[in-house]
Amino acid sequence: MGKWTRRAFITTGLVAGGGVIVGVALRPGNQIKDLAGKVGEEGGQLVHSYVKIDTDNTITAIIPHSEMGQGVQTALGQMLAEELDADWENLLTEEAPALGEYSTYSAGRRYLLAGIDFPEILIPTVDGAMMRVADSLNMQITGGSMSVRTTGALAMRIAGAATREMLEEAAASFWGVPISEVTTENSYLIHAVTNRREPYATFASTIAEMTPSQTPTFKDPSDYKIVGTHKPRRDIPAKVDGSLKFALDVRLPDMLYASVIRSPVSGGSVVLFDKAAALAIDGVVDVIKIPASTIGNAFGGTYSGETVAVVADSYWTANLAIKELDVQWSKTGFESVSSDSIFAQFDRDITSRIERQTDRVEGETDSVFATAAKIIDADYHVPYLAHTCMEPLNATANVRDGNAEVWVGCQNPLGFRRDVAVVLGLEEEAVTLHNHAMGGGFGRKARPDYAIQAAQISQAVGRPVQLIWSREEDVRQDFYRPAVQSRFRAAFDADNNILAWENTYTNKNEPVEAPLIPYAVPAQDIGYVSSPTHVPFGAWRSVDHSQHGFFTESFIDEAAHAAEKDPFEFRAELLKDSPRHLAVLAKAAEEAGWNRMLPAGRGRGISLQESFGSLVAQVVEVTINNGEVAVDRVVAVIDPGLAVAPDGIAAQLESGIIYGLTAALFGEITIEDGAVVQSNFHDYPSVRMNQAPKIETHVINSGNDIGGAGEPGTPGIGPALANAVFDATGIRVRQLPLKNFDLDFRVEETGDVA
Amino acid sequence: MSTTFRVNRIQQTVDVDPSKPLLWVIREQLGLTGTKFGCGIAECGACTVHIDGQPVRSCVTPISSVEGREVTTIEGIASADGELHPVQRAWIDNQVPQCGYCQSGQIMSASALIANNPNPTDADIDAAMQGNICRCGMYGRIRNAIKSVGVASSDEKLFYDVASAEDATEVDHG
Repeated sequence: MGKWTRRAFITTGLVAGGGVIVGVALRPGNQIKDLAGKVGEEGGQLVHSYVKIDTDNTITAIIPHSEMGQGVQTALGQMLAEELDADWENLLTEEAPALGEYSTYSAGRRYLLAGIDFPEILIPTVDGAMMRVADSLNMQITGGSMSVRTTGALAMRIAGAATREMLEEAAASFWGVPISEVTTENSYLIHAVTNRREPYATFASTIAEMTPSQTPTFKDPSDYKIVGTHKPRRDIPAKVDGSLKFALDVRLPDMLYASVIRSPVSGGSVVLFDKAAALAIDGVVDVIKIPASTIGNAFGGTYSGETVAVVADSYWTANLAIKELDVQWSKTGFESVSSDSIFAQFDRDITSRIERQTDRVEGETDSVFATAAKIIDADYHVPYLAHTCMEPLNATANVRDGNAEVWVGCQNPLGFRRDVAVVLGLEEEAVTLHNHAMGGGFGRKARPDYAIQAAQISQAVGRPVQLIWSREEDVRQDFYRPAVQSRFRAAFDADNNILAWENTYTNKNEPVEAPLIPYAVPAQDIGYVSSPTHVPFGAWRSVDHSQHGFFTESFIDEAAHAAEKDPFEFRAELLKDSPRHLAVLAKAAEEAGWNRMLPAGRGRGISLQESFGSLVAQVVEVTINNGEVAVDRVVAVIDPGLAVAPDGIAAQLESGIIYGLTAALFGEITIEDGAVVQSNFHDYPSVRMNQAPKIETHVINSGNDIGGAGEPGTPGIGPALANAVFDATGIRVRQLPLKNFDLDFRVEETGDVA
Repeated sequence: MSTTFRVNRIQQTVDVDPSKPLLWVIREQLGLTGTKFGCGIAECGACTVHIDGQPVRSCVTPISSVEGREVTTIEGIASADGELHPVQRAWIDNQVPQCGYCQSGQIMSASALIANNPNPTDADIDAAMQGNICRCGMYGRIRNAIKSVGVASSDEKLFYDVASAEDATEVDHG
């Protein structure tokens, strides 16, 4: 069977209906007609904003999220296919275009209106309002571990179920039978009584005239055949033969390459540079200065400092020539700032408690501390961290005749399009953005500075330009996981019961609940002070959980030892009224063999962290020999409510753990003379094969709301590791990374040879 | 200055600066984009290719040094009729890649290991693979995939044909 051509179905009038998510009332007019010309390849009937049916009964799920390795296209495809009763083997997925109709309103709702419960009756109104807000904010965000639990749970399931209901109605009408007798299976409609079967495609043009329900009936999860089963990821074959085109692989006729440099101290502008020296290099086409830009949106501003770019006929040449420029940068006033001065500032501000804000106050901590039998206190620190995505930042732009075309891998295509338009002074409609699969994102590729630079350079030289950041620029011009200090006190009674928990830390970002503890400590006072620095902030995998997981799960371990209790038992006792938390913790302890003895020189540590709607417990085993830490084994248990793609969850846990382990063992961006010291993988190392532990993952499908997967593995590895080091050596690790510690424990030699 | 060498069984001649790294010649002159740029200083392994069957970091390999030699990239390890290399199949079977950006380099390192050592120990894998960083952290899956190759394909030919004279084609990028 051939495909319908777009021309054919438009001219025969086979387009109508409103998108179920957008809502007919909100989006009057013929939305599908608008979208049809913009989604994917020629052919097929767009029957819903997220569903396309071809004449050969192939179904395409249109996914408004970016692929950066998390398998989102497959997982969201599974959710849509399940409710649609689609034939998985004949279901394709494609990423939605960067258009307002595909703004991730549901992710936005979770993001902007977190914690607010709306009455059922108001939800369509809230969703409608959020859709408009998301559209106006140009939100098409992939982040916050939200794709499955928001777009999947809200949009894809509704799209699948609503489309199935329309198909059933169309078939019932066509066959002249009651709709209750029509069933669906593997992209076919079935009337069992008369033994009739028709492919979905038969009714595609009919349902395109219908209005999809906003409140379709979902399947009972016990009937799931696709969700919760292992489906090989659709994106993997193109990732083993080099055929997947990342943004770096874009090739345009007449294309030039660019390398850039910005002030080593954030905020500096160009005073002088030796343009002639760069131009003298064979192959260099131009050397240009592009202005600073500031882009503001709902997530704060992105400042991109003044940039010098070398444009050449080869990236290698452009990057060589950058070094010949000898750029002098203006003073910023931050030239005396160092990591030491920043931590001294944090210490001063925590001690002064000026304008301290609170996250949680329960009970009367002051009076408890005044009368406590025992008090422990400790200060914890973590350094700045860079993201170092494997694919260095890059973007290709062709800006000519008042139009811009941009090829990039990013976590917010719609936002990037708007930001490029603003900086170039173009209408949004004049900017076309092609989003590519990302070679890592981790939060960095939500910031548009690199795409803006590429567009500015192309505009200046009037030719297509591929901008590639050197790894050095990538490490030194990041938006960093912040350095943070956190001060704790805990009080105990004479029977070693913990009575109070007090915590003050620097600089709150999000998620708001990151510093909170799940433990039933009667008196709690958790708060923060503001202590700003000039180092740019960025969301880094798990954001504030990445530091608070380490802080709180290490200090609760200290509290357990102060109370002379086993760290697992101590936690479990404080979780006896939190059965979901307790189940995850207990499962990790059981799978790890928590009570088994370890030989001298080895240690075991545990952690529990709830983040992004999922609970994760980890048990880490280490061996310490001559001061060297080897991470032998990680047992990780996650309760994500429901594992939509079980192997995807496992892979994300493994990934989050290794990402967090790199930070815990080695990760440290230091500031000297106001600038970042590190520059590449030799001085900002990453965990390698020989350092990677055996990771065992376990999933508890508790039936709670679906939680995130991309980030929840990251926060708990650092504290479980630090707690294991304490178990092995008695050395309490209160600062990361671990490489800065002298763990000179030595295994005793017995002297006896058997 | 022109350099003549073979890439994936095809003879190529390029006229570029002799110090230009092989990586950028492959990507820019030859248009083969499966080989990736990650660090530029041979620290991450994303640019790994084979030269005469040995894994090398193409980002620090001057083009002049490959004169007359046989270069194989990720695009060249499948069989001539398109059948995937056993390592590529193992990568799919074990669902190894996440973002996938480092995987060309990982697969080139792994295929060179397997060619000489079909049943590597953990220590062999550590030694052969520690030059390749995976920021998505898929090391466990890579290890499992490498081990599965030896088991699954003991009767199979483990490596691509290093070119025979008959299939040589010449392309001049002068």
